[in-house]
Amino acid sequence: MSESTTTCDEHGPPPDLEAQPVIVEVRNVNKAYLRGSHIIPVLQDINFDIREGEFLALMGPSGSGKSTLLNLIAGIDKVDSGTIVIGGVDITALGETELAHWRATHVGFIFQFYNLIPVLTAYENVELPLQLTGLTRAERREHVEMALSVVNLAHRMDHYPSQLSGGEQQRVAIARAVVTDPTILVADEPTGDLDRASAKEIMSLMCRLSRESGKTIIMVTHDPKAAEAAQVIRHLDKGYLNHANS
Amino acid sequence: MRVPVSYSFRNLWTRRLTTILTASGMALVVFVFSAILMLAEGLQKTLVDTGSWDNVVLIRKGSQSEVQSGIERLQASVIETQPEVAVGPGGRRMLAKEVVVLISLPKRGTDKPSNVIIRGVSGESLSMRPQVKLLEGRMPKPSSSEIIAGESVSRRFTGAGIGETLRFGMRDWTVVGIFDAGNTGFSSEIWGDADQLMQAFRRPVYSSVIFKLRDASAFDAFKARVESDPRLTVEAKRETRFYADQSEMMAKFLRILGMSLTIIFSLGAVIGAMITMYAAVANRTAEIGTLRALGFQRRSILGAFLMEALLLGFIGGAVGLFLASFLQLLTISTLNFQTFSELAFSFTLTAEIVWQALLFSLVMGFVGGVLPAFRASRMKIVDALRTT
Repeated sequence: MSESTTTCDEHGPPPDLEAQPVIVEVRNVNKAYLRGSHIIPVLQDINFDIREGEFLALMGPSGSGKSTLLNLIAGIDKVDSGTIVIGGVDITALGETELAHWRATHVGFIFQFYNLIPVLTAYENVELPLQLTGLTRAERREHVEMALSVVNLAHRMDHYPSQLSGGEQQRVAIARAVVTDPTILVADEPTGDLDRASAKEIMSLMCRLSRESGKTIIMVTHDPKAAEAAQVIRHLDKGYLNHANS
Repeated sequence: MRVPVSYSFRNLWTRRLTTILTASGMALVVFVFSAILMLAEGLQKTLVDTGSWDNVVLIRKGSQSEVQSGIERLQASVIETQPEVAVGPGGRRMLAKEVVVLISLPKRGTDKPSNVIIRGVSGESLSMRPQVKLLEGRMPKPSSSEIIAGESVSRRFTGAGIGETLRFGMRDWTVVGIFDAGNTGFSSEIWGDADQLMQAFRRPVYSSVIFKLRDASAFDAFKARVESDPRLTVEAKRETRFYADQSEMMAKFLRILGMSLTIIFSLGAVIGAMITMYAAVANRTAEIGTLRALGFQRRSILGAFLMEALLLGFIGGAVGLFLASFLQLLTISTLNFQTFSELAFSFTLTAEIVWQALLFSLVMGFVGGVLPAFRASRMKIVDALRTT
């Protein structure tokens, strides 16, 4: 992991969050898992807002519920109670099909282990989310090439994931996450599987997306140095959100 | 929106060894399935091609074949005078009174005996069967103990070659000609003079009367009249129908045998496909989670895995059919249960068999893939992503 702190300042000044509208409202969210006959609370009464253009880092020890919270905001898991409103849409009220449609247009995913489809080329991986839109093949090509050029991998578009390094695979995953121009980017330990240099490169790319493109990013990380790139850091502990923000 | 087909195709390509092994199992089943259908088709085609649409065969009512039939000379004369009988060059009626007997002859090489049809023919027999052509030698002289042998018989039976002598009906018969009848049942027959054969076998009656219709559409009226004529106890059939009926029992037997074998084999192939597809789902759980997270619906995942199983089935089907197509080069002989005579025929591949075999292979792929595909589509996104 990176030894030197990654700051985003070289990519421009941070946005004035107070002037930005709230894009994510998390209200009274509770989530518990059933393990055998035991109910294990994972998130308890979570309340917070994320403003448009905010780069938020969610931190906390293992089992604190940060990934669960990220999954709830990304619409791939369901709350037990409470609401999550994103861009004016209460995603906790959406059915499965509507939620899938919503994810396709509003969420970009960046996973710890990249989660690229191994049998598809970099180009095809990035094109995947666009298959869910009504774009023509030519329009899709234009979007994919642009996304790959943003992550500086346009020259590797015909390579399969196995032909790319970890850092390159994560850059392809970032291109896949941004290609649909989603409302929010969710990143779960995006540097967790990378060497120091690659991690720094990925964080630099995330900074560019935040500062230059104004993307709203919610990142879960264990790494305090990676978290320092974020404008806002929130801590979770044993399912509770620590309201003393960094 | 569907997951791209290339995803399914490339997953099969990536797991080449598993794909080849699974598809091979399916190919074997499709090979057996196609071979049996080709066998039945070849048998039917051979016998149906034996007949002509505008020829009519009359045999004794209730007889299953010419061998069991008997038509008295007087009855044959009544039929000969019917107005539907075509008149050929020189004013001759295009009608043949034939006698059919079964004899047992030793096969070349093994000396094992097998039944062969001896057909006693009359003047018009040859002209009514344009598919029968003399390959070598000459036609038998009338009222002589000369015979001609079908090409298939001359090749496979001792003493049936040109210039050789066969002993049956307490006489020696000299083979003076070899005829080719294409892929028809006549190729498996020996022809001689009808009157000589009737004397030799002490048969006072003909086996059948065959004639060419003056007007092919007049068959139904002729049939109705002749079958209700109290002087005649005969049954009239178009020659094509007559020979198709001859193949029915054998073809049905082959189909039942083939289907039984195919069903047993296909169970194994389907289980193989199911294991392959379950393994594919287990190995790609994280991929499934990723696709779902990106916004692909459950039905898209179901479709992608079903597509993969169908492709697997299609590959197996195409390979099985390709291999089965080489069977067309083989000619086999078997006993026709209906006539108790040896019949040589080829495996015949038709468009319908291709279609049936491919459909069958797709059904195997579908059955093998449907449960694993359902499992893939029912996974919870979070659980699937956790297996990374």
